[in-house]
Amino acid sequence: MEKVEDQNPQQEDQVVNPWEVSAKDGGKIDYDKLIDKFGCQRLDQSFVDRVQRLTSRPPHVFLRRGVFFAHRDFNDILDAYERGQKFYLYTGRGPSSEALHLGHLIPFMFTKYLQDAFKVPLVIQLTDDEKCMWKNLSVEESQRLARENAKDIIACGFDISKTFIFSDFDYVGGAFYKNMVKVAKCVTYNKVVGIFGFTGEDHIGKVSFPPVQAVPSFPSSFPHLFSGKDDLRCLIPCAIDQDPYFRMTRDVAPRIGYHKPALIESLFFPALQGETGKMSASDPNSAIYVTDSAKDIKYKVNKHAFTGGQETIEKHRQYGANLEVDIPIKYLNFFLEDDAELEHIKKEYGAGRMLTGEVKKRLIEVLTEIVERHRRARAAVTDEMVDAFMAVRPLPNMFD
Amino acid sequence: MAFSKDQLLDRLKELQIEFSLYEHPVVLTVEAQAKYVGNLGGALSKNLFLKDKKHRYYVVSALADTKVDLKVLSQRLGLGKGGLRMAAEEALVEILKVPLGCVTPFAVVNESARHVSLLLDQGFKTQEYCFFHPLSNDMSISLNAHGLDKFLKSIGRDPSYVDLEANPPVGKDQPPDLAAFVPSDAPILSDLPVKAPTQDSTGKHVSAASNSAAVAAKAVKPSGNAQNVKEKPVNTVQPSIPAADAGNFVEELLDRASALLLSEISEDSIKQHSGQLGAEVANNIKKCLREDLKNLATIFKNTAYTEGFYAGTRYQPKRL
Repeated sequence: MEKVEDQNPQQEDQVVNPWEVSAKDGGKIDYDKLIDKFGCQRLDQSFVDRVQRLTSRPPHVFLRRGVFFAHRDFNDILDAYERGQKFYLYTGRGPSSEALHLGHLIPFMFTKYLQDAFKVPLVIQLTDDEKCMWKNLSVEESQRLARENAKDIIACGFDISKTFIFSDFDYVGGAFYKNMVKVAKCVTYNKVVGIFGFTGEDHIGKVSFPPVQAVPSFPSSFPHLFSGKDDLRCLIPCAIDQDPYFRMTRDVAPRIGYHKPALIESLFFPALQGETGKMSASDPNSAIYVTDSAKDIKYKVNKHAFTGGQETIEKHRQYGANLEVDIPIKYLNFFLEDDAELEHIKKEYGAGRMLTGEVKKRLIEVLTEIVERHRRARAAVTDEMVDAFMAVRPLPNMFD
Repeated sequence: MAFSKDQLLDRLKELQIEFSLYEHPVVLTVEAQAKYVGNLGGALSKNLFLKDKKHRYYVVSALADTKVDLKVLSQRLGLGKGGLRMAAEEALVEILKVPLGCVTPFAVVNESARHVSLLLDQGFKTQEYCFFHPLSNDMSISLNAHGLDKFLKSIGRDPSYVDLEANPPVGKDQPPDLAAFVPSDAPILSDLPVKAPTQDSTGKHVSAASNSAAVAAKAVKPSGNAQNVKEKPVNTVQPSIPAADAGNFVEELLDRASALLLSEISEDSIKQHSGQLGAEVANNIKKCLREDLKNLATIFKNTAYTEGFYAGTRYQPKRL
């Protein structure tokens, strides 16, 4: 049995759950403490090497740089894969706003890589019901946002012959709902309050939501895809704040005769103004949005990125930059593909030989290219394509 | 050509937007309009046509009760303290193609108003329905904010609502919060990429900082809607499904490969690699283009699949 931590906000230093992320005393998130508290494992270099061997291609930049840094049972997935047993991927998004920023794209970029590298199918859940309940949106608005977000997700490059996107409002029912009830029967009210921190004032919609996010981990929830494959394992790439849902799921799975889903978890993408928490879709200057123009990106990085550079050029040449807090370096860590170039920049900047302006300039180039590529891909996504991705249809070539 | 009120009403019906139509004598002010439709339960709107010092235009559409302070708005747009003033009557007629007293968010349907920025009062969302002039001031139509959104989206506009009464501080550390509503500086130039066919606009340039991408970005900015980059004349209601065109796809691939090839072969690289240049360049091209081309191929595949899927859902089984 795994540790299932109780939520107790007053005693917590840092708060990390699906609805709130904040560090202790406005400082940085302590990921070691988080891994400890949640009870997941660190993803070390041996995993990265093993993935490279198994997939015969260079590991994704997020793996190389430790962006995806924690896991549960990823080794089981790899063991089974080596024996010829495939798995499927499950990830999702809560469509609370139309404004997607780069932080939102990270799990999707990584999931696309996993789909290509391992040649496995993928289900993507759009939790429009969750946002309707938590953000008090109308049903129509949350459904509309789900479709809009689906377009940006599709633009990340998923293969339509191996990907099923669904919205809760459309899909819940049938086999999916049967699994929801099975899961719900295994989780007491007290347990769910303990995991998610619900109170007597929270409405019953919230309290009964967790099974909705749990059951896509079970292949029988998708009879049109995985009928007869009850043994198929599931790997869930997500940001680490989603861990509570899946701790609950892993607890329940063996009791209802299913495999525990495996997880591979990422760090939070820091806000432009510094490492105090997640980017927020409601503060336009905390993040780079996929709709930002080259000019916006340049402005935001130059004016709002928190840097570790010294106050004056003389001081900077003397002491070098503080790489621990420097946001441009952190962003380059996420997005600059070339390991050698990144090392060079870190070395020169840390020693004071390279100035903040140069680092920012390189970052602006990298981000602009990513956003431009995304925008071009997004322009090719039509409503009909969204309909096709979201249609309940068989995917005969999903393991090819 | 100016959009007529009948064309507008027809379009609303085509889009299945619910609205109610009220005819009345010509009215020039909100007070006069209130005499005829003020007691019908919906909210009246007041609509301002404004311009800034750089000859950019704005339609500000708000609930009649919302206080709109032009000085505050000007600062929030990043135009300084006195940057906004009421536009001249000639501009009303020329750009919005409506008579005096008839400013309405619907006027942005006109080609001439393509670069007019539209600011909508978030108060509209709280009302069941609101009254606007449908391009003529001898009528008013009432519709829900969702209906307005649907219409605006159909013409490639991104409906965004703003708290017009807010007065956030604007300074060194707090940039103007409405800066995104200022139309881009080169309205004429951005015409060109917007009219280019879809496939071309996906960019023949390897570098993202290229001219057309930057200008296309500007054209996209005012409405923030990626749809603008596609080839869609502003007035169509029925978008056609873009075809997966093998010819265009191949041209795109060849363009990128040859651009990279040309950049790889220079005096320096010839000197450096001489006989081995071929192998070296081939390797580099593979390395740099692999991911890019795979992405393009995936888009092509997804588009072709979608075409097939769409056809399949309308397939008529063989008659036995």
